[in-house]
Amino acid sequence: MSQMTNKHELLEKNVGLLAIFTILAISIGGLVEITPLIFQKDTTEPVDGLKPYTALQLEGRDIYIREGCNNCHSQMIRPFRAEVERYGHYSVAGESVWEHPFLWGSKRTGPDLARVGGRYSDAWHRVHLIDPRAVVPESNMPGFPWLEDNILDGKLTAKKMEIFRKFGVPYTDEDIAGAKASVQGKTEMEALIAYLQSLGTALK
Amino acid sequence: MSSFWSAWVAILSLGTIFGCLAILLWNLKNYTHVKEGESMGHEFDGIEEINNPLPRWWTYMFLACIVWSFFYLLMFPGLGNWEGLLGWKSSNQGIKNLAESRQLMEQNIENDKYVHLDQQVKYAREKFDPIFEAYAKLPIEKLIQDDKAMNVGKRLYLQNCSQCHASDAKGGNGFPNLTDADWIHGGSFDKIKETLLYGRNNQMMALGAALGDDGVKEVTAYVLSLSGRTVDDDLAAKGKAKFAVCSACHGSDGKGALANNLKVVGKGLEKPATMGLNLTDNVWLYGGSERAVEETIRYGRMGVMPAWKDILGEQKVHLVSAYIYSISRQDDKLALNN
Repeated sequence: MSQMTNKHELLEKNVGLLAIFTILAISIGGLVEITPLIFQKDTTEPVDGLKPYTALQLEGRDIYIREGCNNCHSQMIRPFRAEVERYGHYSVAGESVWEHPFLWGSKRTGPDLARVGGRYSDAWHRVHLIDPRAVVPESNMPGFPWLEDNILDGKLTAKKMEIFRKFGVPYTDEDIAGAKASVQGKTEMEALIAYLQSLGTALK
Repeated sequence: MSSFWSAWVAILSLGTIFGCLAILLWNLKNYTHVKEGESMGHEFDGIEEINNPLPRWWTYMFLACIVWSFFYLLMFPGLGNWEGLLGWKSSNQGIKNLAESRQLMEQNIENDKYVHLDQQVKYAREKFDPIFEAYAKLPIEKLIQDDKAMNVGKRLYLQNCSQCHASDAKGGNGFPNLTDADWIHGGSFDKIKETLLYGRNNQMMALGAALGDDGVKEVTAYVLSLSGRTVDDDLAAKGKAKFAVCSACHGSDGKGALANNLKVVGKGLEKPATMGLNLTDNVWLYGGSERAVEETIRYGRMGVMPAWKDILGEQKVHLVSAYIYSISRQDDKLALNN
């Protein structure tokens, strides 16, 4: 057989070239769908009422991530009537501009939490997080009783806020200076509830 | 989107489609000098490559998809700022507040714009609004006789209220029982609806620091004695002397002061100057054991009923209120699985 009778042998026998062409092919989707969003006002400007998380809410958010809440709860109300009826106004990009990373999620074993803020009382959240079946008998959510026992020391809170500020979250120097004092001694339960009660309340 | 990014999206999208088309057409012809079904002449570990061209049926389907994609991109917004001939949008994504969102939705509905969510809402309004409006006009006593209305109310109750007040509406520790005659904010239909629409905030202040350990125990004994419980008389007598601090809200006789005369002010409810629960009726929101009462006095309580006006809307709150009103009045209707 003569050498290189087929042009595609050039790709098949040259792994470096194959890699370059593969990367080119799979990057097109991202280049079209993702890169323009980074430079658009719609997706980078906050909604009117957006406030950065308070120190306590920020700690609560980290507990939310640590306990894996986002594995079962999405934070993304899609613009369908059935969702809007149940959860409230559909989520918009301007609500997530200071989320690093966002916790939209993609799986709903439990309900969406994008607008859970203000839906239940703090007392309900407390009972529900300790033992979900105490208030919702058919719930399959696990209990998180240790949140009540774990006390925050606030050692890293200011640092976390500084990092968020580098990402463009408008924390003031006072916010950061007062961070430790405002979370120290609070339970993880209080922090998580503060976070949950803030969800979705910015869009007014 | 700026014209640069619009062009970026359009060029990359169309370029990809034309690129696929070019590669596909290029591969229609056999350039290999090897007949179909014969060996390509190389072999690794006994595995041989045979010249198998793309099946024709598959190629034609690919071509059909490419033709379809041009039609699709013409009708729908896929190419940067091109809005598509249908003018379709999923929703008004750029909104920065609810007022703007509502205004845009109303405009779209009025002008019959093809915004998916707004169209769905329009359809739902046409279908359901007359039903809700008819229910809103019925006097309450008639409304609670209407099985369909009560079923809607029950459904809404189970979806939105049962998490706190339980699926049998009998509540739980800290969450009021809705089936008994004991009302904190009034049990008339109007009062129930007001509670649902605007929410309620109750607070019992923590008195542990003010009363001290002994004081808490004494007041607990006195409070329990108010509903006829057997307590240590000495303790209760001491507690009675300290009850003055409680009487501001619970009344000097412990019968409380219900906030029945609250008025709606602006978006919320007027805050009551004083209002406390009745301590003499042996109905306990936070438990009536000695330990529970002691805990209530020592650490205080926060009772919050969320406001449902913006979540459910007034039409639905009307039906839920009617449903709650109905179950609180008729014992046989308590079984929710009827």
